[in-house]
Amino acid sequence: MRWFTERGWSPRAHQLDLLATAQQGNSVLLIAPTGAGKTLAGFLPALTDLAMRPKKRPGEAHRGVHTLYISPLKALAVDIERNLGKPVAEIGLPITMETRTGDTPQHKRARQKLSPPEILLTTPEQLALLIASSDAERFFADLRYIVLDELHSLVTSKRGHLLSLGLARLRKFVPDLQAIGLSATVAEPDELRRWLVNQNPAGEMAELITVSGGAKPEISILDSDERVPWSGHSARYAIPDVYEAIRRHRTTLLFVNTRSQAELLFQELWRVNDDNLPIALHHGSLDVGQRRRVEKAMADNVLRAVVATSTLDLGIDWGDVDLVVHVGAPKGASRLAQRIGRANHRMDEPSRAILVPANRFEVLECRAALEANYLGAQDTPPLLDGALDVLAQHVLGCACGAPFRADDLFAEVRGAEPYAALDRQSFDRVVDFVATGGYALRSYERYARIRLTKDGTWRVSNPRIAQQYRLNVGTIIEAPMLNVRYTRAKGKSGAGSAQSLALRGGPVLGKIEEYFVETLSVGDMFIFAGKVLRFEGIRENECYVSTGGGGNVLVPSYAGGKFPLSTYLAEQVRGMLADPARWKALPEQVADWLRMQQLKSILPRREDLLVETFPRGERHYMVVYPFEGRLAHQTLGMLLTRRLERMGARPLGFVATDYSLAIWALSDLGAMFRAKKPSLAELLDEDMLGDDLEAWLADSWLLKRTFRNCAVISGLIEKRFPGQEKNGRQVTVSADLIYDVLRSHEPDHILLQATRADAASGLLDVRRLAEMLSRIHGRIVHKMLDQISPLAVPIMLEIGREPVNGEANDTLLLEAADLIEEAMGSA
Amino acid sequence: MNIAARELTRAGCETIAISGMRAICDPRAALHFPDVGLLVVSDLHLEKGSSFARRGRLLPPYDTAATLARLASVVEDYAPKTIISLGDSFHDGEGAARLPEPFRDSLIGMMKGRDWFWVAGNHDPDAPDDLPGETVQELAVGGLAFRHEPSKGLVEGEVAGHLHPCARIVQRSRSVRRRCFASDGLRLVMPAFGAFTGSLNVLDRAYKGMFRNGAPTAYMIGTSRVYPIAGSLLRPG
Repeated sequence: MRWFTERGWSPRAHQLDLLATAQQGNSVLLIAPTGAGKTLAGFLPALTDLAMRPKKRPGEAHRGVHTLYISPLKALAVDIERNLGKPVAEIGLPITMETRTGDTPQHKRARQKLSPPEILLTTPEQLALLIASSDAERFFADLRYIVLDELHSLVTSKRGHLLSLGLARLRKFVPDLQAIGLSATVAEPDELRRWLVNQNPAGEMAELITVSGGAKPEISILDSDERVPWSGHSARYAIPDVYEAIRRHRTTLLFVNTRSQAELLFQELWRVNDDNLPIALHHGSLDVGQRRRVEKAMADNVLRAVVATSTLDLGIDWGDVDLVVHVGAPKGASRLAQRIGRANHRMDEPSRAILVPANRFEVLECRAALEANYLGAQDTPPLLDGALDVLAQHVLGCACGAPFRADDLFAEVRGAEPYAALDRQSFDRVVDFVATGGYALRSYERYARIRLTKDGTWRVSNPRIAQQYRLNVGTIIEAPMLNVRYTRAKGKSGAGSAQSLALRGGPVLGKIEEYFVETLSVGDMFIFAGKVLRFEGIRENECYVSTGGGGNVLVPSYAGGKFPLSTYLAEQVRGMLADPARWKALPEQVADWLRMQQLKSILPRREDLLVETFPRGERHYMVVYPFEGRLAHQTLGMLLTRRLERMGARPLGFVATDYSLAIWALSDLGAMFRAKKPSLAELLDEDMLGDDLEAWLADSWLLKRTFRNCAVISGLIEKRFPGQEKNGRQVTVSADLIYDVLRSHEPDHILLQATRADAASGLLDVRRLAEMLSRIHGRIVHKMLDQISPLAVPIMLEIGREPVNGEANDTLLLEAADLIEEAMGSA
Repeated sequence: MNIAARELTRAGCETIAISGMRAICDPRAALHFPDVGLLVVSDLHLEKGSSFARRGRLLPPYDTAATLARLASVVEDYAPKTIISLGDSFHDGEGAARLPEPFRDSLIGMMKGRDWFWVAGNHDPDAPDDLPGETVQELAVGGLAFRHEPSKGLVEGEVAGHLHPCARIVQRSRSVRRRCFASDGLRLVMPAFGAFTGSLNVLDRAYKGMFRNGAPTAYMIGTSRVYPIAGSLLRPG
């Protein structure tokens, strides 16, 4: 330690604490806000240890990696190498430090295997690959520390499951390996403490060091004279105010929830940018080169504002940001805190942030998030049980590395926190799946990928299997994407002409979801990378565009980036609605809206569920207000329409938002509920999660999409294959066919079980729906109205704007076929 | 077509004419010629699952069962005199040899009392091992030519497979892609019948110059019926 202080460095208290804890041989979790010097703290034990380690003499035996650093982002690993490597070199520490990511050239990787650096900075996927190589045990033999950065964001995904299994494997190689976790503030620190250490015996925890969060941020909600809209997500009304805020600050970071919102906000800001302020755009679909340029400009402090999505959420260091603007509701209190932490990336100064609600419900949500922030409330999602498709990938990886005994591997896997409760039967089924597909019809014995040999170990059956494994490693399945490329050639207007397009390739602007492009016709205009583009056609995996302008401009919708409203915030919003005393904190127009609702209908109490019914046009509407997030509401909508259909109410469609659900039907729903045919209590009974859910799920595209991910992760179908880069569509099609065949022949197959478990916690959010249904027992309030209520206006405005949910793809075919009948006359 | 004729066809089927010959597009991806008692299926790709399994991708071993069950139901419904399997009946040359015994029996059962032709395909150029039926390169029935790979350019009176046609439409901003029969009234390309078979859009370059007026009419296969969609409504991709 003296060694450091002599070189003019004065460590902070928590950095010393962490060092002391680690030097006692413990694993440790450091929870600290951004700007607290977390990363340096994490490396301190390693640097100290390396500084004291005698130099390697010529001819001395091979030395393996001393410290592994794992980060969720490649960019973060590169950033650390730059930020840590420089000072380490300057103070003359003779330490070798290198990155290893998907971008690292093959020759460098090979060299790293032979002569490893002392500190290796890498990602979870690369760790999995290293573990699956035959010299893994030797490579890691000298490992002392593993530093896990941004642990809070890693543990909530399948990537985290894969990493936890990798960690368990490393502990097998090196039993006294010490793990150092670095995390932002989370709701349940103990979960992460268990995550870091062997769960055998169960419940063991790493030491905990918490740094309380510096200065309180100054957060305000944008106070605009403009009218806050009833619905929508564009926040267009607030653009002049937001622009003014940018002008008054040095550098502003503008966060939005989705990439389409980012594109829109960027367009709108430039529309009013009379001073030509340097305002840039940054999101995950843009070309890497362009992203790096924006990041560099940001670090050099030449930008006045950047519009960004969650790609910037994690701890990369950004220049001098003095204001964070959050456009749209933050959806979670912890997420908001992490984003605000970006401003003034120094702990001792307060961050400044402005929340810009895009509609009236978001005003309530922003208010709730702001109050939660001052209370220090946390609502990070609970951790999920380890996924079985990830386990299958890991089991194959282990076999590729070295033969294993099932008993040993089972014990090892149970040491990983997400798999601590795994039962032996499921484990054995996973091993069987890896070996022969795990089918009841045992016809693949001769094609087994791993085989049980006479000495009781499982071995990989031929080297090709290991090659396949390496190509498929990882848990991130991207939606099929097309490159967006400039061309000068114009496509012919009308459908079907892309094949005749004379293609002249220009620069690539980035990547866009295939399913959006598929709905375009040549000549359609859309916004991407901050530009208005004209669609010219698709050729292979490229979407050709030219400079567009005017006309009806579309904004791509993206699959990712829609966070559900957190349970905590939902509860706060319900509480706020129920308590008029708290409306004083709201803008007058919003308080007015709630008072009108009180007058014309009712406001539900905190634990009640309000259901309004009213006629409008030729239809009868019911609007339900559970505040459980869009995913849970969509599932509820699907289930309720099925039930209403069966009860003869002739439902026509539904729309779901984060706050409420609207269903419309031909029959008088209000009268039916009043006559108790059925009663609302029956309609909303928890039993809908039984057979109805099963029946609906069977054909749901949601389940097919989830199945495709599980099939790729588990290694059933390939992500990529040597020499034949498969595009996403071929995978989609075959996965759907496989799903159909498997479901009709073996509905209890382990991969279908994994799929259902995934969907229940993911796209369907069944868990939250179940909690809600049990909460509202005996607490349903039905209000029959003659007309629409003020609270119902926002969701009613979404009808027509949002696609009506339903799976009636055949209906679309019928419509198209009818067009022909119409045109040709009914001959 | 008059209403009475429509009532005679099975639910969900679409009756068309190929070069003047009446044919029924069945949503199970089979084509029936009622006037000559002929049933045509194409690209069964039997044992595709096990073919992948040999290379380390352990797809569910149920594709052959699913394909044959559907074939049996079509054969039972139409009770044809003649059946043509229009090539690529097996996913690879050893597929027939790998065919499990119960499936072999079920196939032989379907063949009993009728003429069965295996048209040679690129995946299965030789006659299938140990199975009855006659293997041919191509054959002519009732003025139509039946071959695996469609001829280049415009032709009249041909029924072929090989390309696995599908079509895509966009309706109300939503995209629907389905297997289809592709025809311009003169010739027809059969949808692939096999449970694991992928598909290729009829607007792909591979179909270039094959149909009058550019794009064919796509008889798209929905859940339980065939939908005729004009070429002008189809989208690539």
